[in-house]
Amino acid sequence: MDIYLPIAEMSVNVLVILGLGGLVGFLSGLFGIGGGFLTTPLLILIGIPPAVAAATSASQIVAPSLSAMLAHWQRGNVDLRMGLALLAGGLAGSAAGVAAFAELHQLAQLDVVIKLSYVVFLGVIGLLMLKESVAAMRRAGARAVRPKGRRTFIDALPLKMRFRRSRLYISVLLPIGIGFLIGVLAAIMGVGGGFIMVPAMIYLLGMPASVVVGTSLFQIIFVSASVTILQAATTQTVDVVLSLLLVAGGVIGAQFGLRAGARLRGDQLRVLLALLVLLTAGNLAWDLIAEPTALYSVTETAAP
Amino acid sequence: MIRVYRWAAFALCLLAAPPCLAPRPVVAAELVAALSNHLVAVTTGFSGSSVLLFGAVDTPADVIVVVRGPEGVASVHRKGRSMGIWVNEAGMAFAGAPGFWSIAATRPLDEILAPSVGAFNQIGLENLRLTPMEPSSARRIGEFRAALIRTRQHEGLYAVQTGEIIFLGNRLFRTDLWIPANAPIGTYSVTVFLVRDGDVISAETTPLVVGKVGFEARVYQFAHQFGLFYGALAVLLAAAAGWLANMVFRRD
Repeated sequence: MDIYLPIAEMSVNVLVILGLGGLVGFLSGLFGIGGGFLTTPLLILIGIPPAVAAATSASQIVAPSLSAMLAHWQRGNVDLRMGLALLAGGLAGSAAGVAAFAELHQLAQLDVVIKLSYVVFLGVIGLLMLKESVAAMRRAGARAVRPKGRRTFIDALPLKMRFRRSRLYISVLLPIGIGFLIGVLAAIMGVGGGFIMVPAMIYLLGMPASVVVGTSLFQIIFVSASVTILQAATTQTVDVVLSLLLVAGGVIGAQFGLRAGARLRGDQLRVLLALLVLLTAGNLAWDLIAEPTALYSVTETAAP
Repeated sequence: MIRVYRWAAFALCLLAAPPCLAPRPVVAAELVAALSNHLVAVTTGFSGSSVLLFGAVDTPADVIVVVRGPEGVASVHRKGRSMGIWVNEAGMAFAGAPGFWSIAATRPLDEILAPSVGAFNQIGLENLRLTPMEPSSARRIGEFRAALIRTRQHEGLYAVQTGEIIFLGNRLFRTDLWIPANAPIGTYSVTVFLVRDGDVISAETTPLVVGKVGFEARVYQFAHQFGLFYGALAVLLAAAAGWLANMVFRRD
C-alpha cells in the first residue's frame, strides 16, 4: 500500500512508515525516551531526504511528548519554573539551529553535519550510560549516589534563582544555557533532546530524578513545536502526512513498550538503551568512515 | 477554418517568395502524434503512471520519441575523505538539466540516425546539452557531467535503455511512456522525431504536465505559501494526537 508524500515528493509504503513509527514508539515506551534520535536516522535509511527526515521527526515528537508530559503533570512532576527557564534558552537555540540548518542545506553539507552530530552525541551519551548502568548492575541494587554539595564553577554564576520543586538555588543562566544547546540540536538533528537533557539535569543541575523527566518533556514539547514552525516557514521540509503516519504507529507501539518495560529492571533497561544508542551511533559512524557506494550526489538547486 | 488557414498559408508563401513556390517533397503533416493523456495526476496513491503515445506517418519511416522533464539547475557534488570522514568537497552546477529524460525508438539509434543529427537535436543522453554554471576544464566538466547522468540513471530518472516503439501495420505507431513515482513535478515535453536516411525530416513537440492534484496539491501549496500556518497546523495535529493518546491510554 503506497502513499505519495506531498512534501518529500516521493512514494512510500504506508506499512513501512507505520511499522517504523511503531518500533520507535515501542522503544520509547520501553525506555521512557522520546525516540527522535532513532526516527531521523531510520527515515534517512528508507530514503527520505535528510532535510525532510530531520524536520518531520521534530514535528512528530510533539505527540508522544505531550501525551507523556500530561501524565507527569497530573502527578505533579513538572517544575514549571525550571521548564520555563529551559524553554527560554530552547526557543533561542531552536531559532539559531534552524538558521544553521538552512545555511548548511544551501552548502550541501547538511547531510554530513546531521550524521556527525549523531555520532558524537549518541556515542558520548551511550558510553556514559553503559558505564553507569553496568556499574549499577555490579553493585546489585545499591543506589547510585549523586555527588551533592560539591562546589564548582556552577555555583559562581550570577543571577541565582530559587526552583522550589527541584529544591535548587542555582543561576538561571545554567538552565538557559542547557536549553539553548538542546534547541540547536533539536533543529539540526530532529530530536527532542531528552537523551542529553535528562543526564544534564541530573548531573549538572542536580535535580531530583522525580521531576527530571516531566520537566524535560515540558521543554521538549515547546522546543519541537518551535522547530517545526520555523522549519515549515524557512525550509518547507515538514511533511505532515509522514508526521501523522509516524505518530499513529508510535502511539500504538508505545503502549506495548510500556507493558514490556514493566517486566524489566531499571538497570537492565538502561544497559539495553545504552547498547541501542551505541548501535545507532556506530551505524552512522560507519556511514561516514566507509567509502560511500556513490561518490557523487546530485541536488536540484533552483528552477529557472 | 481549415480553408482560412490554407489561404493564409498561401498568402504567406506569396510574401515569402521563391523557395515556397517550388514544389516541396517534405510536408509538415507527414507526422501526427498524440498523447492519451496530457496530465499525469500525482495523487495520494501515485506510484508512477504510464502515458500512451500514438501517431501515424504518411510513408514508412523511423520514429524516435524523447521525453524531457522540467529543466533546472543540478548541483553535482563529489565526496572526498577529509579528516577520516567522507564529506561533499568539489561541486559543479549545470543549467538546463532536465529532471527527467527518456527515449524510445523503432530501431537502435545508431542504425537510424547520423551522429551529427543526434547531437543537433539532443537525441541520446550523450547529446544532452548541459551548461556548466562556471568555467572549468573539459576533463572536469566531463567527469561531473557523467556523474550527473549516472546518478539520475541510478535513481530511475534518466533512461538507461531505449524504449520500444511498435508499428501497427506500416503507418500507425504507439509507445508507452513511463513516468515513475519520483519524477519531478512540472511541465514535460514529448518530442516525436520522424527519421529517414539518417536525418530528422519532421518533429512535433507536445507538452505533458506532471502535477499534484487534490489533497497533495493543496498541502504542498499551503506549505509553501503559508509556511508559518502550516507549521502551526502540523504542531496542532501532533498535539491533538498526543492528547488523544493520553486520554485513551490513561492508566489511573
